[in-house]
Amino acid sequence: MMKFITGNTAVAEAVRLCKPGVIAAYPITPQTPIYEKLSDWEDSGQINTKMMRVESEHSAMAACLSASLTGVRTFTATSSQGLALMHEMLHFASGLRTGVVMAAVNRTLASPWAFWSDQTDTLSQRDTGWMQVYCEDNQESADMIIQAFKIAEEVMLPMMVILEANFISHFMEPVDIPSPEEVEAFLPPVSLPQRFDVDNPGYVSPTVTQKEYEKYRKHNSDAMAHALDVIERVDREFEQAFGRRYGLLETVNTEDADIVLVTTATITSTARLALQQLRKEGVKVGLCKLRIFRPFPVEVIKTALENVPRIAVLERNISQGREGIFCSELKSALINCENSPKIQGYIAGIGGTNVDPDLIKKVVRHALEATAYSDGPIWMGGDE
Amino acid sequence: MMNELYRPTEIMSPGQLACPGCGLALGMRQVMRAMGKRCVVVVVPSCVAVTTGPYPNYTLGVPAFHSAFEIAAPTAAGIRNALIQQGKDDIPVLAFAGDGGTFDIGLQALSGCADRNEDIIYVCMDNEAYMNTGVQVSSATPQFTWTGTSPSGNTRRKKKIMEIMAAHRMPYAATASPAFPEDLTRKIKKAKAMCGTRFLHVLAPCNTGWKIKEDMAVRVAMLSVETNVFPLYEIEDGVSYTQNYEAKGLPIEEYLKVQGRYKHLKPEQIEIMQAEVDRNLDDLKARIARNPN
Repeated sequence: MMKFITGNTAVAEAVRLCKPGVIAAYPITPQTPIYEKLSDWEDSGQINTKMMRVESEHSAMAACLSASLTGVRTFTATSSQGLALMHEMLHFASGLRTGVVMAAVNRTLASPWAFWSDQTDTLSQRDTGWMQVYCEDNQESADMIIQAFKIAEEVMLPMMVILEANFISHFMEPVDIPSPEEVEAFLPPVSLPQRFDVDNPGYVSPTVTQKEYEKYRKHNSDAMAHALDVIERVDREFEQAFGRRYGLLETVNTEDADIVLVTTATITSTARLALQQLRKEGVKVGLCKLRIFRPFPVEVIKTALENVPRIAVLERNISQGREGIFCSELKSALINCENSPKIQGYIAGIGGTNVDPDLIKKVVRHALEATAYSDGPIWMGGDE
Repeated sequence: MMNELYRPTEIMSPGQLACPGCGLALGMRQVMRAMGKRCVVVVVPSCVAVTTGPYPNYTLGVPAFHSAFEIAAPTAAGIRNALIQQGKDDIPVLAFAGDGGTFDIGLQALSGCADRNEDIIYVCMDNEAYMNTGVQVSSATPQFTWTGTSPSGNTRRKKKIMEIMAAHRMPYAATASPAFPEDLTRKIKKAKAMCGTRFLHVLAPCNTGWKIKEDMAVRVAMLSVETNVFPLYEIEDGVSYTQNYEAKGLPIEEYLKVQGRYKHLKPEQIEIMQAEVDRNLDDLKARIARNPN
């Protein structure tokens, strides 16, 4: 059913359809409406879940991963400082092979304080062993929640569905929310292992030797590699069920492109428009939208981009002392190609500043005309 | 009761890494005996985690999870809520944490669980310092006590954790000692029969950190009770106080003089400590007198 709703509501609707047994959450802007909606529905009996209204995000993740180990479907949502506070427990959730699903609404990290979109909060969690998908709009956010439960519970690794502050969380768009029957047919009931069996007692998360620790990490890395296949398959199944498919990444007009603009999340929507205009002006420009970030789909990226002469990466995050994080990742994915493309990073939209079509066109023209690419990023704002 | 104590069904098995004569390991053994086989246990970094054994040894005998330092309570609550969702209401969840994990780093999460009245049993094995990392001061360390990070003696007084827990008006909070196993067993069984957040504060002598001989843990635990340093009592709904044992009221010196961590004490410091014990006991008696029923 089509509904005109915010991204937060779309996420909450999707969560309700997936029927998690335990939800644990704590308020933080701009995620709070997800927590409020689910609380309303729990209170009125519209969702049969145990809502744990915990005293911190750290405890929220502790409760979610423990419930997941017990064998129930679990969900939480957070942003920014809350995600940073969870950091310790994110490692537990992945190391213990849980199936926790989280909606992470990208927001600036203090200091200074701000409330707008910035991807550095979730990208800072890159190495926690969570799967990450960056969503472009409300529909993709809702769809990925439904997919995430299926993926996370099959791979037994937690998954973060990432949407941007305000541009998705609070902007209203038409969203196709499937029926409970459709979701029930797509998403099987939870079948995670029940790790606390009184008839077969075991010890979860013991202190291990160096060798054992190494083995556990290798297992997790293997699971991440395997996750790519699962993500791809679940995406196909989702298309069969709901008619929408996203791919590990998306390319537009890259075949004949002199230059490809690489984007993530909401900047992609604006870029689609800007690039149409550039094409009309005769610029042979293509678009590559990165979305699955962990596991990073290196092979698909290579196939899509290895023959492109020039790449511009435009992104709303910064690893201070280096460059935009997607740019670094892209460079590392393409380094072993025969003719590695030239790659220039651009930073824009940090702190939630507007990235409009004119700015995007400026980036593409600059990347096309530059005689030399710099190893550091080019800031498109910040000093004016 | 006595038969059960003398010929108990042991839940814990050998193979753990606690120091010889550890009062905490003894306390855990008594707690587990009273809990029985059908429960889930959460442990967090502390001497408690050492007592569960190094991989692949495992001594607890029930399903358990070694969670993070500051979250014994919400970990247990997450498991318990999931068990309830699965219809396994009959399996209780018990969390063990040390004094650091309870008085200090875990206090916020414990307070949150007590406030929500999560259906868990929480047992604080208090050995009055960060013993697992080698004797550093915590907010459970008594005044003037030597630790590795209070070499001239702790300047602060011990935090009154029982009053903090009572302030949550939780269904049940009790003190217990491994030197009084009948009392400890009864309290665990009583807690097990109740619902909501239940809290046990167990004072567990640490041979290493308290600088006592290997065969002295039970005696020192007994002295902590008999001197009223650690009275045995319980609190229901945060207001109804019951003292479970009338101590001999020995002078605190009897308790202090057998512990190396107090050997530097001056007479005037012992006087201050005795006055603190007397004040606390008066306060407990006054609370009992104020009982609503």
